Formats: sequence, structure tokens, C-alpha cells
Amino acid sequence: MEEKKDQSFEEAMVKLEEIVGKLEEGDVPLEESIRLFQEGMKLSKLCHDKLQDVEKQMDELLKENGETEPFTIQEED
Amino acid sequence: MQQDPYISITELTRYIKRKFDMDGKLQDIWLRGELSNVKHHSRGHMYFTVKDQNSRINSVMFAGNNRFLKFRPEEGMKVLIRGEVSVYEPHGQYQLYVKEMQPDGIGNLFLAFEELKKKLEKEGLFAPERKKKIPATPKRIGVITSPTGAAVRDVLTTIKRRFPIAKVTVMPVLVQGPNAASSISRAIDFANEQGNWDILIVGRGGGSIEELWAFNEEIVARSIFHSIIPIISAVGHETDFTIADFVADIRAATPTAAAEIAVPHIEELQERVTQRQLRLTRAITEHVKRLRNLLDNHQKSYAFRYPLQLVKQKEQDLDRTMERLQKTRSRTFDRKAEQIDQLISRLERNHPERRFNLSKDKHQVLVRMLKKEMRNILDHNSSDFQNKIGKLNALSPLSIMERGYSLAYDQGTENLIKSVKQVQPGDQVTVRLKDGKLDCQVWGLEESEK
Repeated sequence: MEEKKDQSFEEAMVKLEEIVGKLEEGDVPLEESIRLFQEGMKLSKLCHDKLQDVEKQMDELLKENGETEPFTIQEED
Repeated sequence: MQQDPYISITELTRYIKRKFDMDGKLQDIWLRGELSNVKHHSRGHMYFTVKDQNSRINSVMFAGNNRFLKFRPEEGMKVLIRGEVSVYEPHGQYQLYVKEMQPDGIGNLFLAFEELKKKLEKEGLFAPERKKKIPATPKRIGVITSPTGAAVRDVLTTIKRRFPIAKVTVMPVLVQGPNAASSISRAIDFANEQGNWDILIVGRGGGSIEELWAFNEEIVARSIFHSIIPIISAVGHETDFTIADFVADIRAATPTAAAEIAVPHIEELQERVTQRQLRLTRAITEHVKRLRNLLDNHQKSYAFRYPLQLVKQKEQDLDRTMERLQKTRSRTFDRKAEQIDQLISRLERNHPERRFNLSKDKHQVLVRMLKKEMRNILDHNSSDFQNKIGKLNALSPLSIMERGYSLAYDQGTENLIKSVKQVQPGDQVTVRLKDGKLDCQVWGLEESEK
């Protein structure tokens, strides 16, 4: 299974859960289980990365022309 | 002793109170008036005066009743009230105990709300099966609300705190006033055309029913219903229910709650990933351990330790099989032999020798009979023959020739000459005598007279 760059966090988590489930069931041939394990480790790293390494997103404000600008909260006066 | 004519204040007040409480009309009274001197007591009860041009009445609305209010009573507000009138004994004051209160003038709004709710419910806009699933980890969140105020701040800070990796776009709309509904509706439609968002939060902070009214408009309800992007509604406070809340995929009690529903807590997710990683490692370790045990067991198994036993067993198997083969074979052979024997005896029974002997005997009898018959015939013929021979002898010319007769023939032929006319002088003739022949020539002939 090739690693997909555009795999979403959910997809990766679902896949990871599947792999963990399969391995925990335990009736997987050895080579297959090693392959699954490696893929699982890759996926969990991917998930961690998605949660950690991404820069904090800036909030934006959608203008009427469809463009956006950075948004900061202004208190009502 | 004359009875004391004076009674206590308490007795009087209690008497008056009983008068009030026994009057059915005063127990369930409907009033229209204006609020003043509104006090929200810290323990939750509300105290105010209800008045019109000429009169006023002190009123109380206890927390148990006022927590169902859909608006915050304010100074000068026109209201419709349902309640009862009784006496507050410590002050000797009659007052109004308010059980239900609605803003006056917007009674029509409540009616419109109920009608629209019924209509849309019938159309299936609130149907649970039409609710879309909220994505677990939305990357892009659209917030359709006023860009100022507590609501947008609550949503943004909550999302930042829980899930900072989500990108939030504020889509500014009017949330109250005559143009609010169309503004909100347009924003929802626009977000769906753009399709850039995983989830939308639509709402505003608390306010009076008029202030929240845009979220009760049909146009907003239909935009929410047609939205492909899942929508969380967050309008006002916990007690405020709008049509938008019924149509939305999830209704949040407050904007903060909406943000909490929209995004997971990042640390929880990290924890879940870590948990799975741990499970993964544990699973592979145990898997390998189990396989190793299995291998060990195999190596320790009977077959590996005593391989010869296996061969011996196979040999025994082979012997048994061969025995069976032989048994089968001899059984087959016996059966065939028996069949052959039967055939031979049948053949012998039908042997031709007897018939041959019979025929031979018959043949001998026939031969004997034939011989006998032949002899009889021979004997008979033989005597006949002798007889005939005798007769023949008597008639034979030879015997006549014995007596001196001769026979003349044309020379070289067997033609017997019986007449003189048969010959000419000069012809050569053969004359046979009893003991030979004479070759002669005719010299002359003489016919005898008759």
C-alpha cells in the first residue's frame, strides 16, 4: 500500500484502527503482520504530524468580494 | 365579660388574604401591562411593578417560573402576564404572583413561530434521517455570525484552545434587524457554493425574541436544510430554541458549546494516536511471541523428536495395505477358478465321446449288415452267373466251331460275312477257325439254289 500524501487525519486514523485491530486479532501471517506493523507506525507518525507540526492556523474574515483578510476579534464598544 | 372588640393586624391580614384566596377569578388572572422597577434578585426571583396609565401592582415572579422565560424582562417592556393575586402578609400588600410572561406585541411572533415550525416539520425539514454527520476533525470551519460581539469571540477562542490546527473563516452577517435573515441565508448558500468548509457554525449570542428572530425565518431554515456542509446552530442561550436549531444538523446551546461540538480536543486526539501506537507495538510483539511459541512447540513435537516413529508407522500402514491387497487378490482369483471349474464340468458333461461310441456301435452293426447283405447278393448272383455261363457256353460260337464250323470276316473288319452277296471275287477275307485264322482270297463264288 503506497503512502498517500493527501490522506486525511480521519482516513489515517481509520486505517490505523483497522491495522491495530487486525494485528490484535492475531491470525495474520508473519510477513503480513510485519508489513502491517510498519504501515501502522507510518500512519501513527502521520497522525501525530498532522496534529503537531502544522502551524497554528490564522483566523480569517471573508470579505464581500470573496477575498479574505486576517481576522482579529474586536470588542464591542 | 365583654369580648375585646380589637383584633390584631395579623388576624386582619390573614382574613383579607383568605378573601383573596377564595376568589376563583383572582387565582387565574390574565393581564396586560408595562414593566417598571424591574429587579433581578441574586437568588433568581424577579420583582417588578406592572402598570398602566392609571394603576400599578407589585409583582413577583419566582425563579421556578422565570427560568422558562424566553426573554429578559426589562424596564418599560410591555408584557402579557398570567398569574394570581394574593396578599403578602408581612407587608399587608396585595401583589401579583406571575406564572407566565410574554412580551406584548410579539404575541404574533409566537404564533408565527408555531405555525412555521409545524409547516416545516410536516415538510420533513427536522427529520432526524436528514441530519448530516459532523466530521470528527474538521480542517476548515466557517463561522456565520456577527464579526463583533461575544458569540464570535467565544467560538474562536474555544476552537483555538481545543483544536488550533483548524482554519476558521468568519463570514460576517447581520444577526438582527430586518435584513438579518437574508444576510444569514446568503452566507450559508455562498459557503456551499464555495465548498471550502468542512463545517459551518451559524448563530449569535443571546437576546430578546425579536433580536433572535432572524433565526426563526423560513429563508434561513431552508438554506440550512439545503446546505451540503453540516451545520451547527448556536443561537442565544440554552433556553432559546429557534427554527434554525430544529433544522440544523446539531443544535448547540451556546456559541461556546457549538465550538466544542465542532472540534475535538487536540490533546485527546494525540492521546488516541499514542494509544493506537502502543496497541500496535503490543500487538506485533505478542504476535511474534505467539508465533515463536508455536515454532517452539512444533520443534518439540513428537514428529521432530522421533521422526523414525513416523516412518515405522508408515511401514506398518504399508504392510496392512499389502495384506489387504493380497486378500483381495486371492479372493478374486478363487472366484475365477471356481467359475472355470464350473465351466469345465459343464463342458465335460457335454463331451462328444459317448455320442461317438454310440455312433461307432451303430456303424459296426450297419457294416456287418451291409457285408452280410453283400454276401447274400454275391452268392445269389454268383450261382446265377454260373448258370448263365453254362447257358452261354452252350450257345457260344466257339463251341460250335469246335464242331468244325468257321466264321468269315471282311479282312481287317469285324463284319461277319453271312451272304455270298457280301463279297466279290478278289476280296480278301479272314476265316476264323477254332484254333486260329486263315487269311484267304475269294477266287469265285457260287450262289446256291433255292
